Amino acid sequence: MADNVTPRVRVPRDATAGETITIKTLISHPMESGQRKDSDGNTIPRSIINRFTCAFNGETVIDVTLEPAISTNPYFEFQAVVPEAGSFEFTWYDDDGDIYTETKDIAVS
Amino acid sequence: MKKGLTTTAVGLALILSTGSAVADQDSDLVINGEIEVTVRADAPAHLENLDQIFSGWTFRSSETQALQMDDFENPGMIFVDEGITAWNTVEGEAGESCASCHGAPEEMAGVAATYPKWDEAAGEVQTMTMQVNDCRTEQMGAEEWAYDKSDMLNMTALLASVSRGMSVDVAIDGPAAEMWELGRDLYYTRTGQLELSCANCHEDNYDNNIRADHLSQGMINGFPTYRLKNARLNGVHSRFRGCVRDTRAETYAVGSPEFIALELYVMSRGNGLDIEGPSVRN
Repeated sequence: MADNVTPRVRVPRDATAGETITIKTLISHPMESGQRKDSDGNTIPRSIINRFTCAFNGETVIDVTLEPAISTNPYFEFQAVVPEAGSFEFTWYDDDGDIYTETKDIAVS
Repeated sequence: MKKGLTTTAVGLALILSTGSAVADQDSDLVINGEIEVTVRADAPAHLENLDQIFSGWTFRSSETQALQMDDFENPGMIFVDEGITAWNTVEGEAGESCASCHGAPEEMAGVAATYPKWDEAAGEVQTMTMQVNDCRTEQMGAEEWAYDKSDMLNMTALLASVSRGMSVDVAIDGPAAEMWELGRDLYYTRTGQLELSCANCHEDNYDNNIRADHLSQGMINGFPTYRLKNARLNGVHSRFRGCVRDTRAETYAVGSPEFIALELYVMSRGNGLDIEGPSVRN
């Protein structure tokens, strides 16, 4: 498994119903492309986050396929409409089968 | 064609007007909306050739400046997180971590603003890197970390981050004076085939362009620095090395007495600015 993988997410604490909010996410990950060689000339095996999803109360907000050309510590910033109070669930899928998740609640006033 | 251009212009205007943190050379640095950082100040008394001193932050583009105004956007903070992990990790024969002596990293607030400084016990001027390694070998019974390599930079970035917004105040008198004078001599000594001293660029020509790059005063209050060009933290000595190399000279080694002296001198030029590491630069 890749070392020091830490997901980070920023979601506003509250919003008004129907408001469009900006979400920022970052996961620290080496995103080894599988193209590089080590000092002995051996190929370093590919190890990347290959999929990222965000769901709000179970409904998909965004579903991203990541490719090897995406650099270290992939960062996503996107917008979502918040119709009601609930929680955002973020999921990152690692090549090695690990799944990292993070949940953020948002209140609606 | 004309229509296309117009659309682009409108698009640009939109982006600029919606940016929450548009900044330029005259703007102020506030991190996370709460840490106010002094980026321009009166020059310290020992500095004869400058009236005002400026953080390198003021010379960068508004986009680069904005990255440093929010910890979520600042890629250097990822390494600070790794530094926190190392801070709490027990290593070495003594079974100690940094935390077991020092408590939370926040206890070290202000420390970064005073280094390099004279260490009475060691009888030499020490950089923060040397002090960290002293702790590791003497207190923890652990291996030294390599100078300016990632483990060490993560730790110095953590130590800098808890001192952000605190005024640089390194002592240049007393037992440190000898090293300080050596550092000053180095600063004004021309090196390499190009025969350039630090002062030729960072004192005589700051605010001018060196090809596409906007020359700063070469202040080091923002180190370790996350550089967009190599996407990692960079230490002071590595940066010195890059500068001296660019004069086409044989450089001093990272961690050498010459660079320690130069670090002390250059840090003292920034007395009055605030610590802002890990900063974001080109």
